[in-house]
Amino acid sequence: MNPPLVKVRAVREPDAGRNPLPAAQAETLKIDVEHLIFFYGEKRALEDISIKIQPNVVTAFIGPSGCGKSTFLRTLNRMNDIIPGARVEGRVCIDGQDIYRAGVDVVAVRRKVGMVFQKSNPFPKSIFENVAYGLRINRLTSNRSELAGRVEESLQQAALWEEVKDRLHESALALSGGQQQRLCIARALAVKPDILLMDEPASALDPIATQRIEELIYQLKAKFTIVIVTHNMQQAARVSDFTAFFWLGRLVEYERTDKMFTAPSEKLTEDYLTGRFG
Amino acid sequence: MISARTATPRKVLSALFVAACALCVALALVPLAFVLFFVVSQGIQSLTVEFFTHNPRPVGEPGGGMANAIVGTLILTALAAAMAVPIGVLSGVYLAEYPGSRFASAVRFAADTLNGVPSIVIGVFAYAVVVLPLRHFSTLAGGFALGVMMIPIITRTTEELLLLVPNALREGALALGATRARAVFTVIVPAALPGIITGVVLALARIAGETAPLLFTSFNNRFFSTSLVQPISSITVQVFTYAISPYEDWHRQAWAGALVLVTIVLVCSMAARVAAARVANIRGR
Amino acid sequence: MRSSDFGFRVAVGAFAAALLLIVVAIAVTLVNDSTLSIQKFGLRFWGTSNWDPVAGEFGALPFIWGTLYSSVLALLIATPVALGIAVFISELCPNALRAPLIFLTELLAAIPSIVYGLWGIFVLVPAVRTVETAMPESLRALPLFSGPPLGVGMFAAALILAVMVVPFTSAIAREVLRTVPPSQREGAFALGATRFEAIRAAMFYARTGIIGAVMLGFGRALGETMAVTMVIGNNPQVSLSLFAPQYTMAAVLANEFTEAADALYLAALIEIGLVLFVITLFVNMLSRGLIWSMARQASPRRSVLVPRGAEA
Repeated sequence: MNPPLVKVRAVREPDAGRNPLPAAQAETLKIDVEHLIFFYGEKRALEDISIKIQPNVVTAFIGPSGCGKSTFLRTLNRMNDIIPGARVEGRVCIDGQDIYRAGVDVVAVRRKVGMVFQKSNPFPKSIFENVAYGLRINRLTSNRSELAGRVEESLQQAALWEEVKDRLHESALALSGGQQQRLCIARALAVKPDILLMDEPASALDPIATQRIEELIYQLKAKFTIVIVTHNMQQAARVSDFTAFFWLGRLVEYERTDKMFTAPSEKLTEDYLTGRFG
Repeated sequence: MISARTATPRKVLSALFVAACALCVALALVPLAFVLFFVVSQGIQSLTVEFFTHNPRPVGEPGGGMANAIVGTLILTALAAAMAVPIGVLSGVYLAEYPGSRFASAVRFAADTLNGVPSIVIGVFAYAVVVLPLRHFSTLAGGFALGVMMIPIITRTTEELLLLVPNALREGALALGATRARAVFTVIVPAALPGIITGVVLALARIAGETAPLLFTSFNNRFFSTSLVQPISSITVQVFTYAISPYEDWHRQAWAGALVLVTIVLVCSMAARVAAARVANIRGR
Repeated sequence: MRSSDFGFRVAVGAFAAALLLIVVAIAVTLVNDSTLSIQKFGLRFWGTSNWDPVAGEFGALPFIWGTLYSSVLALLIATPVALGIAVFISELCPNALRAPLIFLTELLAAIPSIVYGLWGIFVLVPAVRTVETAMPESLRALPLFSGPPLGVGMFAAALILAVMVVPFTSAIAREVLRTVPPSQREGAFALGATRFEAIRAAMFYARTGIIGAVMLGFGRALGETMAVTMVIGNNPQVSLSLFAPQYTMAAVLANEFTEAADALYLAALIEIGLVLFVITLFVNMLSRGLIWSMARQASPRRSVLVPRGAEA
C-alpha cells in the first residue's frame, strides 16, 4: 500500500463527508443520500450521512468493525426494515426517488437494488432453482425457455456458467464456498437490478476464490453500480473507484480511491489506513 | 423502476397469509377458552367442603365427595416419584457424563421410545408385570405404571440441564482432587438442581392427570384406602367413572374433579415457570 | 481410570440400564402375553370385523380402522392450524405477544385428556349432534355422512383429537423454524420476496423437520385414549361415515381390559396393545429421525433440539 506522501491540512467542513464529484454530474446520480440518521430503537447507529454515488462505479465502504458500514449498506435496499425498532431519518434517493417516502413499494426497491451477503446463503435447492427463484416470485419470465435463458445469462455474468452448466439440477449446497458465493451473485443478478450491494462478499473465501470475485466485480461494473463493504483495505484499493471511510457511525471521508489511499484529507482516515487503529 | 407497483396479487396473498396464521391462533385459543370456561363454571358449584372431606356415597344417592380419590392420587404420584426420580435423575446423570458411548445412545433411544409409548400400553405392561403376579389390582401397580411414564421425562430434562452446567465447574471440582462421584453430586447436580426439581414437578403434574394407565392397575375403590396392595381410587379414574354414569349428581362431581385437575396443572406450570425465570435471573447477572 | 470413578460409572449406569430394561421388558411382555392370540388367529385377526368375545371370535379390523381413520382426520384438521400457529408465533407476532401465546399453547397441551373427554361428552357431542341434525338430506345420502345423528362418532373423535394434537405439533414446528438460519429469509427478502414468500423459503428449508413435527402429532393421536373413548361411541364397526360410532385400539383396551375373563380374550387384547405399541414406535422413530436430520443440516454442532414425547 502506498504510504501517504503529503500531509494536507485537514479541512473541517460542517457536513460530514465531502462530495468528490463536480456539480455538473449531480443529475445523473445513481444513489443520493442526504442527511441520513439511523436508529436502532433509542440508539443512533448512523449519524448524518450524506453521499452521492455515480452510476457504473465501484464504491467501497471501509472502516473498523462496528463503524456502521454494513448498517448503512442495508439502508440502501431497506433491508433494515425487517429489524424491529429500526428507524430512518433523512433521504435515500435512488435514480432521483426517495425510497423511504411513504407509499414506496419495498419489494420493487429490492428488485432494483440487489444484495449479496457475507456468508453465501444459497437455498437448499438446485443450482437452477436458486437462480430462478427471484425470477419466479417476481414473475419476470413467461415461459420455461425464457426462464432457462435468463438463468444461463445470470450464471454467465457471474462467471459460473462454465463450471455448472452440466449440473444445473444438482444441489447448490454441493458447490464450493467460492462457487456458492458466485451463485448468490448470479441469483441477485437474475432479477436485473441496477445496483448491487455486496456486504464483505469475499471475507469467508480463500485467496484464489477472492481473486475471482474481485475480477467479477471489475467486469460487472460496466453494467451495474456496485457498492461493496470490506474490512480489507487492500481489497478496497484494488477493486474500487471511490472509497468511503466510516467511523463510529459517521462518514469521515469520501474520495476517489487512488487519492484517498495516497493523500487522505482527514487525519482519522490516515490513521486508519496506516494501521494506527482498526 | 421503483414506481412500478409489484403485482398486487402477491401483496394480497402475503396479507391473506398473515391473516390466516393469526386466525389459526384464534382457532386454537377458542377450544382452550371453551374448555376452561366449562370446567370452571360447572366445577366451581360442586367444590364444597364435603367434596374434599367425604367419600363417595352408594350408587344413586346424592352427596358424597372425592376425598378418597384425592388421597389416592397423592399416594399414586408419590409412589411414581419414588420410583421414577432415582432412575430418571441418575440416568440423566449417566447420559450427561458419558455421552459418547454406545450404551448411552441406546439409553437415550430407549428414553425417547418410552416417552412415545401410549399410556394405555404402559397400563397393559403394568398389568402383566404387577397385577397378574399379585392377582389383584393394587396401588403398587398404578404407581408403577405412572412411574414408568415419568422416567423418560425426568431423564431428558435432567440430561439437558446437566449439559447446560458450564464445563468449568466440572473441571474446577476435578482439579481440586474430587472423585467423579463427588464432583457430580456435590457440584454439578446442585448447580442444575432448581431446573431438575422444576422438571420433576412438571412431570408430576402431568402424570397426576393420567387416567388410562390406572384403569386396570390401581383400578378404583369406592372406599377410603391407603393400602399398597389393594385397589385405590384416583381423581382421574373417578372423573371417568362419574362422567360415563347416568347420574346428574355424579356428573357435577366429575366437573369438580376436572377443576381440581386443571388447577393442579395450572399451579404447577406457573410455579415451574416462575422458578425457571428466577433461576435465569440469578444466572443472567 | 480410578477405581472409584469406575464404581461411580457402574452404579449410575445400573440405573440407566434399568431404563433400557424397562423398554425391553415392555416389548417382551407384550409379545409374550399375546402369543396365544397370535398363534390362534394369525393375520386373520386383523382382517375380520367380527369382535365377539362371548363366542370367542376376535376380529380386530374395526379397531385399527378406527385408530387410523380418526388419527388421519385429526391430522388433516390439526396440521394447517398447528403450522399456522407456529409460523405466527415464530415469524409474525409482535414481541410482547410471544411469551403469552407460547404459554397458552402449552396450557392447551397440559390439560389432561380426561378433562377434554369430559368436555367432549357434555359440550362437544351435543354440539356435533346439532350440526349433524342440521345437515341437509342431500349430503346425508353420501356415505361420508350417513347414519343417525347421534353426536358420538368419528367426527367428534377427530375434532377432539385435533384439539389435542395442535399444541404438540406447533411446539415442535416452532422449534424447527427457530433453527432455520436467518440468512435464508434475508436472502429471499433481498430478492424482493414478500413476507409470505420469505416465510415459504424458510419453511422449505425446514421441510424435513416440519414433516417430523406433523408425524409426531400423528403418533400422539394414535395413542390417545380417554378423550377418544368418551366421544367415539365405542362400536366395533368399520365405517366411512363421520357420524358412525366406531372404536379405536386404545379405546377397546380401556373399556374391555377389565372384562377379559379368559386367557384368549386377554391375549387378543394384549395383541392389540402390541400392534399399537409397534405402530407408535415406528411413527415416533421416523419423526425423530426426520427432525434430527433437519437440525443437523441447519447447525452442524450438537443441537439441543430434542423433540419430547407426549408432554410437549
